Amino acid sequence: MEFSELIRTGRAQAELLRGPEAPPLRGTLCVTSHHLLLSPGTEASPDLWLLLLRSVDSIEKRVAGDSGTITLRCKDLRVLQLDIEGVEATLDIARSIEALSSLESVITSFPFFYRPKGLRLGDAWHFHPPERYYQRVARETNAWRLSEVNEDFSLCPSYPRALIVPHSVDDQALARSAGFRQGGRFPVLSYHHARNGTALLRSSQPLTGPQKRRCAEDEELLRAVLVGARPGARGFIIDTRSAQAAKQARMTGGGTEAKAAYPGWKRLHRPLERGRPLQESFVRLVEACGDLEQSMDRWLSRLEGCRWLAHVKEALSTACLAAQGMEREGACILVHGAEGTDSTLLVTSLAQLILDPLSRTMDGFQELVEREWIQAGHPFQLRCAHSAFSHARPKHEAPTFLLFLDCVWQLGRQFPLSLEFGEGLLLALFEHAYASPFGSFLCNSEKERGLCEVRTRTHSLWSGLNQPKEQRKLRNPLYALNPLAIWPSVEPQSLRLWQGLFLRWTRPPEPSETAWEKVWQIVTDSEKTEGSA
Amino acid sequence: MEHIRTTKVEQVKLLDRFSTNNKSLTGTLYLTATHLLFIDSHQKETWILHHHIASVEKLALTTSGCPLVIQCKNFRIVHFIVPRERDCHDIYNSLLQLSKQAKYEDLYAFSYNPKQNDSERLQGWQLIDLAEEYKRMGVPNSNWQLSDANREYKICETYPRELYVPRIASKPIIVGSSKFRSKGRFPVLSYYHQDKEAAICRCSQPLSGFSARCLEDEHLLQAISKANPVNRYMYVMDTRPKLNAMANRAAGKGYENEDNYSNIRFQFVGIENIHVMRSSLQKLLEVNGTKGLSVNDFYSGLESSGWLRHIKAVMDAAIFLAKAIMVENASVLVHCSDGWDRTSQVCSLGSLLLDSYYRTVKGFMVLIEKDWIAFGHKFSERCGHLDGDPKEVSPVFTQFLECVWHLTEQFPQAFEFNEAFLLQIHEHIHSCQFGNFLGNCQKEREELKLKEKTYSLWPFLLDDLKKYLNPIYNSQSQRFTVLEPSTVSFNFKFWRNMYHQFDRTLHPRQSVFNIIMNMNEQNKQLEKDIKELESKIKQCKNKQTDDILTKELLHSIHPESPTLKSSLCFKEQTLLPVNDALRTIEGSNPTDNRYSDYAEEFSKAEPAVVSLEYGVARMTC
Repeated sequence: MEFSELIRTGRAQAELLRGPEAPPLRGTLCVTSHHLLLSPGTEASPDLWLLLLRSVDSIEKRVAGDSGTITLRCKDLRVLQLDIEGVEATLDIARSIEALSSLESVITSFPFFYRPKGLRLGDAWHFHPPERYYQRVARETNAWRLSEVNEDFSLCPSYPRALIVPHSVDDQALARSAGFRQGGRFPVLSYHHARNGTALLRSSQPLTGPQKRRCAEDEELLRAVLVGARPGARGFIIDTRSAQAAKQARMTGGGTEAKAAYPGWKRLHRPLERGRPLQESFVRLVEACGDLEQSMDRWLSRLEGCRWLAHVKEALSTACLAAQGMEREGACILVHGAEGTDSTLLVTSLAQLILDPLSRTMDGFQELVEREWIQAGHPFQLRCAHSAFSHARPKHEAPTFLLFLDCVWQLGRQFPLSLEFGEGLLLALFEHAYASPFGSFLCNSEKERGLCEVRTRTHSLWSGLNQPKEQRKLRNPLYALNPLAIWPSVEPQSLRLWQGLFLRWTRPPEPSETAWEKVWQIVTDSEKTEGSA
Repeated sequence: MEHIRTTKVEQVKLLDRFSTNNKSLTGTLYLTATHLLFIDSHQKETWILHHHIASVEKLALTTSGCPLVIQCKNFRIVHFIVPRERDCHDIYNSLLQLSKQAKYEDLYAFSYNPKQNDSERLQGWQLIDLAEEYKRMGVPNSNWQLSDANREYKICETYPRELYVPRIASKPIIVGSSKFRSKGRFPVLSYYHQDKEAAICRCSQPLSGFSARCLEDEHLLQAISKANPVNRYMYVMDTRPKLNAMANRAAGKGYENEDNYSNIRFQFVGIENIHVMRSSLQKLLEVNGTKGLSVNDFYSGLESSGWLRHIKAVMDAAIFLAKAIMVENASVLVHCSDGWDRTSQVCSLGSLLLDSYYRTVKGFMVLIEKDWIAFGHKFSERCGHLDGDPKEVSPVFTQFLECVWHLTEQFPQAFEFNEAFLLQIHEHIHSCQFGNFLGNCQKEREELKLKEKTYSLWPFLLDDLKKYLNPIYNSQSQRFTVLEPSTVSFNFKFWRNMYHQFDRTLHPRQSVFNIIMNMNEQNKQLEKDIKELESKIKQCKNKQTDDILTKELLHSIHPESPTLKSSLCFKEQTLLPVNDALRTIEGSNPTDNRYSDYAEEFSKAEPAVVSLEYGVARMTC
């Protein structure tokens, strides 16, 4: 195996510092193919300290005298310091970690080796496919059908095999529409709003190009959506780029829907930040959160300067706009940006969370993430290759999924009783999206996952999370089903910095954690007393 | 009332403060002797106490009527549109008169009548007994004694009659020291830490100028440090910025010279003065009152207002104080200029960190009575109760409450009371409904005969205690004996529930607090039921009746619980358990929020298809 070549030194004596709150650990440090281990001497606790090498975002080494220090900055924003005896050992370990943490091959990654007790391979992998969602839609309406036109991923490499499309549009027309959309992402159903029969769709930009090309099948597809909803229904296309950016995209073959070509549809532009600027915003926020000494003025100006909360506000208000269009105006909504794999998914998934009580349950939310992010082809491997600390030049990294989680957290804060899951699940999803022993977030699309045999050779995150022992961490004890839509306030005074994530490792967690323990206790007491009464 | 010319105006519109599409409610405006009342078409009532009104503004006439903007001291802002200018003018003039009284006797407290008899009223006033409080701290004792020097307010008019001083400080020393201190406010005991035998003392600045000294004052400080058997040195904390303190020297005031006082460690902590605080809050309110505020403008406004910087400074000072006592076992003397603003903040907050008693409902009342009311924080001037000098108004006490709120956020289980309690106290420092906060010092309060003519706030708060309890309070935990808050900048947040307490749309739509509170109560009730049932079962068995009866009994109680629970979850929930219609949450509504304004585009008519574009597109397709 290639791993052994990368490991320069097997072990060394070291002391691990884990921030101001946790006591230091001393023991034997050991690099294996996927982990960094610290086994404490006999006198200390018998627990092995373990770090997945994949979760190391940046590594910094310093030597002085006959010892060295390695600072590991992790993708979950933790900062660890290792004091190691011996200069050679320090350098060797640093090089080994560097090499092993940046391996790009998917099939040699840890999920392919992870075999936890109590879980069976293949469990939960067939838990949330689009077929399952289609069953629900089919109960609500017959305007939609499940198409297997993408069975071999030839139409669209980033879509799953099965897609929900208007009933009256045949596979041939879909193929033509796919040819007219970037990356083949033709408009598909994202969410059917049963209450008034409207639909939320997503796609990528149309390839109108400078000549303003048109595609009859694509137009027909959108017309069929309106007809299927109800006679005279209107539609809105929410383009997540500015009008100018959309126009400019024509120069490179992209573009946006011409008004005249799509009668009944009206276009709205709601520019959302994406790509490099979003990644930079994340990096700057994390930088600011790492500085414990800064003055109040400096902190506030950095919080403003990084613009993260502005992005949260924009994402939430665009999702609210889409949701409102459906709920209040009875309109159908199509969301797309350029590729349709980032801000598009952000808007469609948040809009569902606002409108659909089922997606706010534990199962429903996992299904939403699986369906609207993983299967919908958000390129996790590219976007989450590095987190906020990496010195590597960012290529395709962008914290779009984190932005989604942050928005969900804001919803949870404003409607603390309406989400069945708690902050714990959101934190877990953040961690696993960037580095995980499970296979769920591997690769960029279903096609790639098929090629790598992810479903058969790794465990699903959902089967890991849904074990009974994890539940208390992930659930919201106060949940009560809320059948209404949840409309958040998007005023800056109502949005908060997600301290539980960005300051997770710098603030003392105990008081709030014990407070939650107490809440759990009250809730279980109340269940107990009710049961026995 | 001679000031009221119009008592009722119909067809008045109440505008939503944060709506950009001028959403409004139409209703009737009534003017009473004490309140302004607006009843909208849904019969929802909005009461505004005249004393809460900070400013009334009449804006330029518009097509729909004459706008009247009322800003309140509890951060409510209402924007009416009165159809006729004449009515608007009448109301405007009446409110100007009614909101600014010239005499104490015209304040609401003197006419407020909650239907209690004299003995009940007196009992209310006796609820908080400061002599009892000093006893609880462990004074008098071998080192500290009650001094009768100020029994007739002869030495210091703004201090209370009862003062505790070191046992070895004789009366001449006290008198001498008081002459060397601004307004005669000589060093006295504020809090005594029984375990550490260390004390928090407070005073005003010394009249030291550039070189003056006073032997008696030096003796008194020495006596204070000697009263601490463990540690010989003491801290003197000047809570002002050094520059301000130095400037005071030119006016014959200043700060202690370390060379003249043996065993003192002098320390500036840099809290700004009342004028800086007043304008800081003003800036903050300007920023957060902006319509269509962007995230970036909000944070840059928050930064430039400096408000959180000031809150942090007060908190840092209190932490310094608590550490000196806990870590170094040293006594601390705190002063600022006059010793009634920053000194009150730092002493009370320091005591709150040190002593968990002050984190209970009763203890918090005691703390306010002791360090704020008794020691002469000038509530009437700082809150502008009467028509006085606007330069004396300053949110010093509000800052104290905000610091306490920040502590409750960092230590959610350490306080017996909740946020609603803090907000309610804030409401009443301005309401002038109760006598506690009227006047500027104890002497003045006695002259006003407040205990005979007005009621005390505290028993009324205790009557509603349920609303103010923190359901996850943990009084047992030893870890909370001394609080050690972190003052890293990002622990300070904008207190939305204070500064936007009436802006319903900005708040969370569901309250965790209420549900936990109710569950807790339900648990207690059900546990009681179980006990009752068990005893009934026992009785039944004794009577040898068959078990059908017990089943019936069980049945008779059980059905209640599920309905109780489901009723908690949905329906209407109040964010803060205060009886105010505006704070009620009715589900939530997208039109409450600003993104709804984007949606105006939804309702616009579809523009006609541009045929030319259509044609061009056709050709190129």
